[in-house]
Amino acid sequence: MSTSNFIFGLFFLSTVAIAGEPDVARQKELVHLVRQDCGSCHGMTLKGGLGPALLPENLRDKPAEGLAATIYYGRPGTPMPPWKAFLSEAEAAWIVDKLMTEFPE
Amino acid sequence: MRLLLIACFALFLNACAGPQLRGTGDLGLIIERASGHVTLVNTTARQPYARIGGLGDLSHASAVYSRDGRYAFIFGRDGGLTKIDLLEAKIVKRIIQSGNAIGGSISQDGRIVVAQNYKPGGIKAFDSETLELLAEVPAEFAPGQFSKVVGLADTAGNKFAYALFDGGEIRVTDFSNPRQPTTQKFPAGQQPYDGLVTPDGRYFLAGLFGEDGVAMLDLWQPEKGARKILENYGRGQEKLPVFKMPHLRGWSVAQGKAYLPAIGRHEVLVVDVATWKEVGRIPVRGQPVFVMARPDGRQIWVNFAFPDNGKVDVIDTLAGKVTHRMEPGKAILHMEFAPRGEHVWLSARDDNKVLIYNTENFAKLGEIPAESPSGIFFTSRAVRTGF
Ligand code: HEC
Repeated sequence: MSTSNFIFGLFFLSTVAIAGEPDVARQKELVHLVRQDCGSCHGMTLKGGLGPALLPENLRDKPAEGLAATIYYGRPGTPMPPWKAFLSEAEAAWIVDKLMTEFPE
Repeated sequence: MRLLLIACFALFLNACAGPQLRGTGDLGLIIERASGHVTLVNTTARQPYARIGGLGDLSHASAVYSRDGRYAFIFGRDGGLTKIDLLEAKIVKRIIQSGNAIGGSISQDGRIVVAQNYKPGGIKAFDSETLELLAEVPAEFAPGQFSKVVGLADTAGNKFAYALFDGGEIRVTDFSNPRQPTTQKFPAGQQPYDGLVTPDGRYFLAGLFGEDGVAMLDLWQPEKGARKILENYGRGQEKLPVFKMPHLRGWSVAQGKAYLPAIGRHEVLVVDVATWKEVGRIPVRGQPVFVMARPDGRQIWVNFAFPDNGKVDVIDTLAGKVTHRMEPGKAILHMEFAPRGEHVWLSARDDNKVLIYNTENFAKLGEIPAESPSGIFFTSRAVRTGF
């Protein structure tokens, strides 16, 4: 492991551990990502399109970890792509948490 | 007299200064997806001239035009269908026709507007004059199961071709008797994600997501059924992730070759339209979304899916490769050429503007402010099959 990777790893661990959720600037980026880029399949208002609706009432009965894994790894055999190149597992979990309650504008 | 003056004033310049006659050939509209507005534009002045609100959820919205180019029919994601008068710059009529729509088309004779719906899956036909519902054709592919409809395209004889994402079929619905449509069904392949009709209206093509290849139906000889072409076209063995479904509508035929987005790959596929065989692949800088020919066919402009959606590549069809690369703005969602192609308009969603470029020397000619702009539609579409 290179030094920079190691430092990044430490940094990554510490931000997740201390903050537990992405910082405000990153939250804004994630909200934008979900509304705009996930929105191309799920609809900007998340009411569904080629992909299913992602509103609280649609997700309520589904386990959050499974949904976060769907975002992170995608769902093979369906158009749902993996997003792991663009966000961390913790960020996927944060997105699910927001989707299940109320997703910010 | 005074009353008359006031009335005149209220009627604005229209009645008093004599009618301001004008054609519609150089008009168009920009969809502002986030705020439910459209901005009306003039492609000669390269300026906006009006803005209309109240169109609902316009994400993934598209528009088609009446034959005279005066009216635009805008299909919103929320199932809204809005008819706009470009000359009077106002909404003529607006209905909510479904729960979740994805676009629409207008018939050869201009009398029927057809919307394609995800939910409830199917198509609906409306009188283009009144937006009165004429007929509904559910996309039922198994008892009680309805498919999302994709790729709806107008073809000759008031027939519409489309594909069923969940049902794996191509269907052709004939509205020559608008209230009693008849539908033919053709097995096509797994998960068609979009479709297109060739400019002559002869072939309907549906790109497949669930398997490699493109399903093709010869609309002049539909009895022969759909067949698969370009079997090596697709995501391939590794099943590449796709971050945005490519759009086949607005595709390109130039010099006897078709240019198609290679789904999942950083390539544009070149296909000989006489044989429907692949004759080349052109590397580009991202997963292509729109691959659009300048009207004369000399250039092909390509935009990309996230995360490369700030880039645009221009292919010179004579050279057979990308000859110009640009990063015009943030999140370039759509491109529209002036009727004869001397300039192109690009919507930069995250910059909140539409950028106008000269296609010959790539000089920037101007920009127009717009809130989260997505689709740009000029009235020149009115006279083209499949637009
Ligand atoms: C290219 C289209 C596409 C894009 C872009 C896309 N999705 Fe999906 N997504 C789908 C489809 C299709 C499904 C349904 C998969 C299935 O059939 O099981 C899905 C499923 C899901 C599910 C599971 C829903 C459920 O009820 O089980 C979640 C959560 C989800 N997507 C979140 C996201 C997020 C967050 C993003 C953006 C970071 C995103 N999607 C981007 C197509 C897409």
